[in-house]
Amino acid sequence: MIQIEYFLFVSAIMMFAGIYGFITRKSTLAILLSIELMLNAADINFAVFNRLLYPNGHEGLFFAIFGIAIAAAESAVAIAIMINIYRQLQNISVDQLTKMKW
Amino acid sequence: MDYSQFLSMQAELSLLAVIIVLFVADLFMSADNKGGKGVYNTPLPVALLALHTLFLLYSLCPQSGSCHHALSAGSAFGGMFLSTPMTTIVKLTLNLGTLIVFLMAHRWLSREENLVKQGEFYIITLFTLLGMYFMMSSGHFLMFFIGLELASVPISALVAFDKYRYESAEAAAKFILLALFSASLLLYGVSLIYGCSGSLYFADISRFFPSVDALFLLGVAFFVAGMGFKLSLVPFHLWTADTYQGAPTVVTAHLSVLSKGAAAFTLLSILIHFSFNEIIFQAWNEVFVWLIIASITVGNLFAIRQRNLKRFMAFSAISQAGYLILPILGGTAQGMSSMVYYLIVYTVANLGAFAVINTIEQHSGKLLIDDYNGLYRTNPKLSFLLTLCLFSLAGIPPFAGFFSKFFVFMAAFSAGWHWVVLVALINTVISLYYYLLIVKAMYILPSETPISPFRSDRYTRAALFICLAGVILLGLVGSLYTYIDTFSFGV
Repeated sequence: MIQIEYFLFVSAIMMFAGIYGFITRKSTLAILLSIELMLNAADINFAVFNRLLYPNGHEGLFFAIFGIAIAAAESAVAIAIMINIYRQLQNISVDQLTKMKW
Repeated sequence: MDYSQFLSMQAELSLLAVIIVLFVADLFMSADNKGGKGVYNTPLPVALLALHTLFLLYSLCPQSGSCHHALSAGSAFGGMFLSTPMTTIVKLTLNLGTLIVFLMAHRWLSREENLVKQGEFYIITLFTLLGMYFMMSSGHFLMFFIGLELASVPISALVAFDKYRYESAEAAAKFILLALFSASLLLYGVSLIYGCSGSLYFADISRFFPSVDALFLLGVAFFVAGMGFKLSLVPFHLWTADTYQGAPTVVTAHLSVLSKGAAAFTLLSILIHFSFNEIIFQAWNEVFVWLIIASITVGNLFAIRQRNLKRFMAFSAISQAGYLILPILGGTAQGMSSMVYYLIVYTVANLGAFAVINTIEQHSGKLLIDDYNGLYRTNPKLSFLLTLCLFSLAGIPPFAGFFSKFFVFMAAFSAGWHWVVLVALINTVISLYYYLLIVKAMYILPSETPISPFRSDRYTRAALFICLAGVILLGLVGSLYTYIDTFSFGV
């Protein structure tokens, strides 16, 4: 059986790759993808903890399912906003979102 | 199954009924149905929400027999949902805030491009309110997370409500990206807490978890970072000013008061559950001391240099958030009652200021502080009201803001944080300076092109009247704090 550390290692790498991507990417769509990576890292954690440490209940699995559903809803709203920005700027790079600062 | 548990969800169910009625009514009252002619449906949502507020108020009134406690306290779904009289009081406050927001939205919603979207505005706003209800009443991380997302995702749709104004879209993009980022940080933190303790019930985490290890602390740190984004505490505040400036003013008012208040109360009630362990308790106090001091100070210093009134209110809101979570230190019952009292006063004062800003923006389109020069000569009533609200926010004695700040300081002082209270007091003086800058602009500075006199619509006048009454009366009715105090709980 695979040790729990391996799973947690994968999810931690996904989490911090997501944070790195969120900070460095220029396109808002790439930023959204990074956020999905972070959310999925948390979902993996829930499933793994539930399966390997606390196999008597289903709390973690349910949390992961709800997490996926909420992430889908969030992406839908975020992409709608991106489309709105594209209509006005013909561009969705974060470099362009500079009208309001300081 | 015991159906009587749904009685403890009466606030949520009655709000849901309001939402459904509005949803159906929107089908028949929206503008497209009458050949493009607008039907202003402000009265219906306001009346329904007022009815709902009265219903909540009724469940809080002291009644004879045991009926009272059965109605306002209880749990549902095996403890996932907890309702106490305290949560009902906070829900009542948020209701009142939403009511004021609806009243001041009337003129903005009766614009040409917004006529077809009126129903959406009410329904989305009420859904965020429903999310806040669930978030505050949660006894389980799943309920908390769903409530949090229900309260924050629709707000980004509201921020982008002015579809043809670019600033609105940019503000919404900044808001949704950072809200998603903070939500995923928070989710990761919750997963670590689950891995350490094996339970997601707040009460069970404290009961079954024997000792604290680094992973649990890391989980709590991620959790606090996620909540810091929602509360716009420094250093998680960078989205605040941009979002507040770009969003429609009505939505800014909603964002600055309601979501902040709900998040602060939830944070306190969750941290009280976490305080079972001495190490966690110490760590949490240490983290929040620095978050509070940074929020109050940075918010104040940046507010001084703002020229745009909405950005100014954003930084003022950052510093007010610091005061709002000051009672978290120590997590005592006294702290909870002072936080709720502060929230009530902050709601009326801040919404009053935003109602004035909104009505001036709707009539003249002006938002800069320099535009307010000479406002007293042309619109004396509005400038007087804005002065009262700003004085209350700054904490000048006869108004309610003084007492709320006093109770907050007293709670932190008696929990033993003397030097934090001293820093907060010094910052109160700084905040007085920049609030007075606006008062000076309105009363003293002359202007060649002042805002021309106008009479605001009757819904805005009603909102202004509620805020005025709140700012003046809440300070004088001392029994309110005592009443709140009987229901509060702490470490």
